[in-house]
Amino acid sequence: MPVAIRVIPCLDVAAGRVVKGVNFENLRDAGDPVELAARYGEQGADELTFLDVTATVDDRSTTYEMVQRVAEQVFIPLTVGGGVRSAEDVARLLGHGADKVGVNSAAIARPALLGEIADRFGAQVLVLSLDVKRSERTASGFVVTTHGGRTETDLDALDWARRAIELGAGELLVNSIDADGTKRGFDLELTALMRERSSVPVIASGGAGAVEHFAPAVAAGADAVLAASVFHNGEMTIAEVKAALAADGRIVR
Amino acid sequence: MSRPRRVVVLDYGSGNVHSAAKALERAGAEVELTADRAAALEADGLLVPGVGAFDAVVSQLKAVRGDEIIDRRLAGGRHVLGICVGMQVLFERGVERGTQTEGLGEWPGTVAELPAEVLPHMGWNTVQPDEGSVLFDGIADERFYFVHSFAAQEWTLDVMPPFPKPRLTWAEHGGRFLAAVENGPLSATQFHPEKSADAGIRLLSNWLRSLE
Repeated sequence: MPVAIRVIPCLDVAAGRVVKGVNFENLRDAGDPVELAARYGEQGADELTFLDVTATVDDRSTTYEMVQRVAEQVFIPLTVGGGVRSAEDVARLLGHGADKVGVNSAAIARPALLGEIADRFGAQVLVLSLDVKRSERTASGFVVTTHGGRTETDLDALDWARRAIELGAGELLVNSIDADGTKRGFDLELTALMRERSSVPVIASGGAGAVEHFAPAVAAGADAVLAASVFHNGEMTIAEVKAALAADGRIVR
Repeated sequence: MSRPRRVVVLDYGSGNVHSAAKALERAGAEVELTADRAAALEADGLLVPGVGAFDAVVSQLKAVRGDEIIDRRLAGGRHVLGICVGMQVLFERGVERGTQTEGLGEWPGTVAELPAEVLPHMGWNTVQPDEGSVLFDGIADERFYFVHSFAAQEWTLDVMPPFPKPRLTWAEHGGRFLAAVENGPLSATQFHPEKSADAGIRLLSNWLRSLE
């Protein structure tokens, strides 16, 4: 039996608190990352991703404490992304209990950062996060963006992924800016291209709006599927997503 | 369990030591996070974590004389549990990106890249535990969390009676590899029990129960 398809909820945090609304019933404190992480863990989440949207350096130290509190109480893998700019940032996050670290714009600004992280901690801790948009300017038809999709770079998404893997990225978190927020399903073409052209696991992100959307992303090649609001809003549970995947013949935990 | 087992998590600069320590506490152990030689020798159990490159882990481990600590414990029949790269370095050698590094050599064999199309092997996989496995008691059908590209893919150690045959647990990714070994006082898992939710905690408590 091969490795199970991973279902990953993504939580936005700032200053050690979950900032986008999460509407679970019977929560004492909807912003407490430990309580939310535990709840998703109970629901069967295979990993958790925290995206640090903290604005200031001062706030970031509270994020490290948050990572530590979650890691001490919830025994599933934890990825932290957002604001990672150096191997020292990675050392601190891993030291506080993160298992993997997502790197995005800092790697675009300085690709050597990827090699510095992978050489020191191994490729398995390094997730390259890409915000990708359709574009006629690049050969593959997909371009890498920054600032939440508002700024286009000159990087062809597939070239960038390939280069990042050579430099040491151990996983790709592929977020479709076109699909994000539409709730009309993942970008299957993008997912398939990424899977076809890369040798590391691919996480599909952006566009989930119904349980039926997950199986096609896996059929297109996703090793893992990530979503945020549909889980937080209670529109669906992790278990329902897994049931839909299992009904499609996919292996889930 | 009459009293909590005392476990040292060897803190030598590699790995997610806090999660391992907290998971052991959840499993009922009294845990100390240290590289202190006396403490590591005296504890009921020693857990050796490991994350990153094989050669880096070996040199960090040797810098705190972890190799001697492990040898001394095994000579006295005291239990040691290696996790992930903490398992890999127990073998004779590791080959990563063309570089061969000598391991601790507790077990014969080479740790090499898995013959899989997609690496790292990342996620929750099934295992095939040996009959009579202590570690997998009650959790043989569970999935465990793996994240690695390299593994030991064969086992050649012969053990003479009266010592028990090593219990081997295999898993598959591209090919067959060792997911866990139970060899007298020396055990190891390629996956991360401290990241494998309830099944992982159960495995750790199974290990704690076996400590004498």
